[in-house]
Amino acid sequence: MKADTLKDKIVPVTTILLALVVIWYVAAILMNAPFQRDMDGRAGATPSTLEFIGKTLAQPKPILPAPHQVAQNVYENTFLRSLSSNRSLVYHSWVTLSSTLLGFGFGMLLGILLAVLIVHNRAMDRSLMPWLVASQTIPILAIAPMIVIISYNVLTGDNAVAHLLNLDSDASRLVSKALISTYLSFFPVAVGMVKGLRSPEIMHLDLMRTYYASPMQTFWKLRVPASIPFLFTSMKVAIAASLVGAIVGELPTGAVAGIGSKLLAGSYYSQTIDIWAALVAGSLLAGILVAIVGVAAKIVDRAMGGRPA
Amino acid sequence: MQAPSVVSAKDLCLTYQANDGPVRALSNVNLDVRKGDFVSFIGPSGCGKTTFLRVIADLEKSTSGEISINGMTPEEARKARAYGYVFQAPALYPWRTIENNIALPLEIMGYSSADRTRRVAEALDLVSLSGFEKKFPWQLSGGMQQRASIARALAFDADLLLMDEPFGALDEIVRDHLNEELLKLWTRTNKTICFVTHSIPEAVYLSTKIVVMSPRPGRVTDIIDSTLPAERPLDIRETPEFLEIAHRVREGLRTGHA
Repeated sequence: MKADTLKDKIVPVTTILLALVVIWYVAAILMNAPFQRDMDGRAGATPSTLEFIGKTLAQPKPILPAPHQVAQNVYENTFLRSLSSNRSLVYHSWVTLSSTLLGFGFGMLLGILLAVLIVHNRAMDRSLMPWLVASQTIPILAIAPMIVIISYNVLTGDNAVAHLLNLDSDASRLVSKALISTYLSFFPVAVGMVKGLRSPEIMHLDLMRTYYASPMQTFWKLRVPASIPFLFTSMKVAIAASLVGAIVGELPTGAVAGIGSKLLAGSYYSQTIDIWAALVAGSLLAGILVAIVGVAAKIVDRAMGGRPA
Repeated sequence: MQAPSVVSAKDLCLTYQANDGPVRALSNVNLDVRKGDFVSFIGPSGCGKTTFLRVIADLEKSTSGEISINGMTPEEARKARAYGYVFQAPALYPWRTIENNIALPLEIMGYSSADRTRRVAEALDLVSLSGFEKKFPWQLSGGMQQRASIARALAFDADLLLMDEPFGALDEIVRDHLNEELLKLWTRTNKTICFVTHSIPEAVYLSTKIVVMSPRPGRVTDIIDSTLPAERPLDIRETPEFLEIAHRVREGLRTGHA
């Protein structure tokens, strides 16, 4: 069993990883070489090949940073900074994570609600579904600033919604950013749940009919449990989409914190290493979130009598 | 004195629209099932035996004729939870343990928690599945799953049991065993059973009454009252009496086809 894991998973994954690192180094040398040659030419230096390669991998603002430069940046900004520091990746990750989770929560609720409406109402099925699909064809990058600005103004303005929710400006900023995540994450949940709620076999439904079960009983005792595996599959897609949404929500709106703002600031000041470090932080975050959903799915599946794989 | 009628059909017809025109699934079916009867419906596929069972269960609506279950319409009978239905497949909910699967109708019908526990235990005992309460369906063999689904149909107070080829997907050895068990169960519980099958030995072995049906249009060609004794060991199937009834069923099926 252990040896199989080694052979089936660890060896292939590490091989690909090593290959990628090698390709990355080669690319870094090749892409940073022209600038280095230029610099050396101006300074009149004539480095040996090895020295030259060393220099291409140690530029402060390289076109493509070497893996170790990114790794060092991630390490320093994760473990050596105080958590409240503006340079701390943990701080920026947390900002993005909080809006990701909030948006994901909204998205789950909205998606499930829409799915329930669609499954139980033919008119809803016909009228809503095309709009849901259409909503996802709009480029999110184009619509994100408008959603963020409009919802922030609604939440902080003088109107019924604002009075009802009564959020301060920080909370309003968070919610308006989270709405982008909601926009991206409700769709996979809605589609998955529609499929899941419709997944019971005819025989299982007939059985409920022979018991003269009420629609509510059929819903809670048959449709909902049958939809759970579909829900988790959708959640994996939705949580990753939520993170993308949170980052996108930070990009065009002048957010001061978060992975998105880190990416933006990095590109303003050509801090390529910072950009890559933020990318790594974002990817790790996505990986962790998807893994958590995966583990939750496994636990629930086992509790619901899933056959061990 | 005759036992009271449980299912009574008079000139029952069912026609449905298929792509190439109307199909007469049932044509003028007349039948009377009395309390305590074990009635088998036998015939080739397409003869309407399953359809007839589904009409009794109010899963299909007849187009004309009369049918009553305990003096009620099928819909009223269904709403009164007058019958338990066993499908071709076990149709257990995979996320529920065996005991929770059997408790499902009890939950829906609003039995108290204590009552549920007692009835689940009784039903499991009836189908000899005690000890498997906490197992999930996939952990049981096909035959055990079907037994669990029978227990589920027995758990609540319905005097009528409708069984649609419940052992059709099982191998012959398991099937023989379950047939024997079913007979014992029928004797113990005193239920009325309507049983759809396409196996002649199964029909003859189990039934007090055999309804032979034929297709296109689905109709009843023969109704045979069994002369076999109530006590039926498996080897009764080699007695001349048994073979004679089986022969008559076969004849009925043949005339239906001609």
